[in-house]
Amino acid sequence: MNILVLVKQVPDTEAKITVSGGKVNEAGVKMIIAPYDEIALEEAIRIKEKTGGTITAITVGPESAQSALRTAYAMGADTGILVKQDNYEMLDSFTIAEAILKATEGQSYDIILAGRQATDSDNGQVPLIISTKLDIACMTLANEIVVDGSNVKATCEIEGGEAVYEASTPVMVTANDRLNEPRYPSLKGIMAAKKKQIDTKSIADLGIGEPKVTVNSFDPPAERPAGRIIDGEEAADKAKALVDALHNEVKVI
Amino acid sequence: MANILAMGEISGGKLKKVSTEMVSAAKTLGGTVSAVLVGEGATAAAAELGKYGAEAIYTNDTKDYIPTSIAKAIADLIKEKSIDILLLPHSGSGKDIAPRVGALLDAGVISEAVEIKMDGDRVVCKKPIHSGKAIVDFKATTAVQIITVRQNSQEISENAGTGAVEALNVDAANEKYKLVSLQEKKSERVALTEADIVVSGGRGLKDAAGFKMIEDLADLLDAGTGATRAIVDAGWVDHTLQIGQTGQTVSPNLYFAIGISGAIQHLAGMGSSKFIVAVNKDADAPIFKVSTFGIVDDLFKVMPVLTEEVKAIKG
Repeated sequence: MNILVLVKQVPDTEAKITVSGGKVNEAGVKMIIAPYDEIALEEAIRIKEKTGGTITAITVGPESAQSALRTAYAMGADTGILVKQDNYEMLDSFTIAEAILKATEGQSYDIILAGRQATDSDNGQVPLIISTKLDIACMTLANEIVVDGSNVKATCEIEGGEAVYEASTPVMVTANDRLNEPRYPSLKGIMAAKKKQIDTKSIADLGIGEPKVTVNSFDPPAERPAGRIIDGEEAADKAKALVDALHNEVKVI
Repeated sequence: MANILAMGEISGGKLKKVSTEMVSAAKTLGGTVSAVLVGEGATAAAAELGKYGAEAIYTNDTKDYIPTSIAKAIADLIKEKSIDILLLPHSGSGKDIAPRVGALLDAGVISEAVEIKMDGDRVVCKKPIHSGKAIVDFKATTAVQIITVRQNSQEISENAGTGAVEALNVDAANEKYKLVSLQEKKSERVALTEADIVVSGGRGLKDAAGFKMIEDLADLLDAGTGATRAIVDAGWVDHTLQIGQTGQTVSPNLYFAIGISGAIQHLAGMGSSKFIVAVNKDADAPIFKVSTFGIVDDLFKVMPVLTEEVKAIKG
């Protein structure tokens, strides 16, 4: 199996991110592979361990996104492609999808894996745009993937349950958080990853169209009005006062 | 005047509330509103959307979830009817179909807007990003604009519309999806994403049996029940109840966070609730930073009284 994994570098979800002057300030923030992309990468490695083949990891982002590819190498990817976009715009999924398509043109992959969504934009669009452009199946939110020859079965989360879908390769599958537990890269893997080549392309050279989504501004979230801690002697008094407030004051119950 | 198409949803032959929400939201943008509804019983249920302002409603009664084919049918409809704006709920199917339609039409897609507003011929949208740490104000720049809207984020309002139902052709010949089996967990409860009130529990409940307190209160309020990832992972409740960045995003009128500390991933899934009630014995728990009303105390002492008091009101 030749597997392509889409990885995105994002700020650690626990990181402190501030917004000022219409911009998000990510300077000094710890960057990681988006958690669901890391799960997709782990799944690629597990599939390769069974079927053989190669794993290509691709990312679109600034120069610094190459550290995501180093992590991918350390975990077990064979090839890494960085599509450099210096004016990185994380919300224009279409441009990112087009960049990935152009950068991998002429290659053929049996399975393309990606996380269900990146934890910065939470868009979850890129895999679906790519699969539609390639006219291949896209099974989303997989909790289990079984590859049997050219048949790929995925157990996917749907609202209120699970559905099992199947499709023939080539196929796109997006990883849900219950798919697997990603491995930690070994020290040997980390050392070896430092020496590996990264195939670097520039988005400007790929001939991508105009952006399809543009940002007016980034703003800090509106402060919620200060809450009220309900006082009382005993727990029971507080509970009564709360119900009174909900019923008589804000009238929501 | 923009032509706006709103995608509705149907379940068990009944219109889902989000269908009226999407048509109402489309109506607030001004212009001519039509709707599309695909699923078993769609044709019979569709006319109702006329009451919310839909002129034409395009329906197909297929019972199969065939996203490739549905996306193609919607993209063709957009071309045929010169639609400028497509609104979809940010639901399981909405977020699955929207990017497919976008790819077919080379149109920009905005995901999970919580606010939409017309500015000239553009729909300017707002959504939280970075787990709610920032809000982005943005728009699609393409001829067709596609927007998924967070469920329960828009007001539902009645408007006069013709409500003329027309058949939508969905050709499944080239469908890439093949369903092997389906396991639905039937619940008598209101769907989480549509609930006006959600009662959620976290690790403070101590064990699976503690979730009974959540269910008892939810029963009285006709509320949905939710959970944190921690107690889902611990196996206390089913994963379909998980609220947070993974799992469901909810925007109810009233959200009860019981024994929930308020990790950022959980806040990302419920932070847009209108009123938030938190019960937690740790006064420093982050949940109190977003709560409208907080009780710092032992939930095992608070909940029985709270439930009794609610019962008294509900008579």
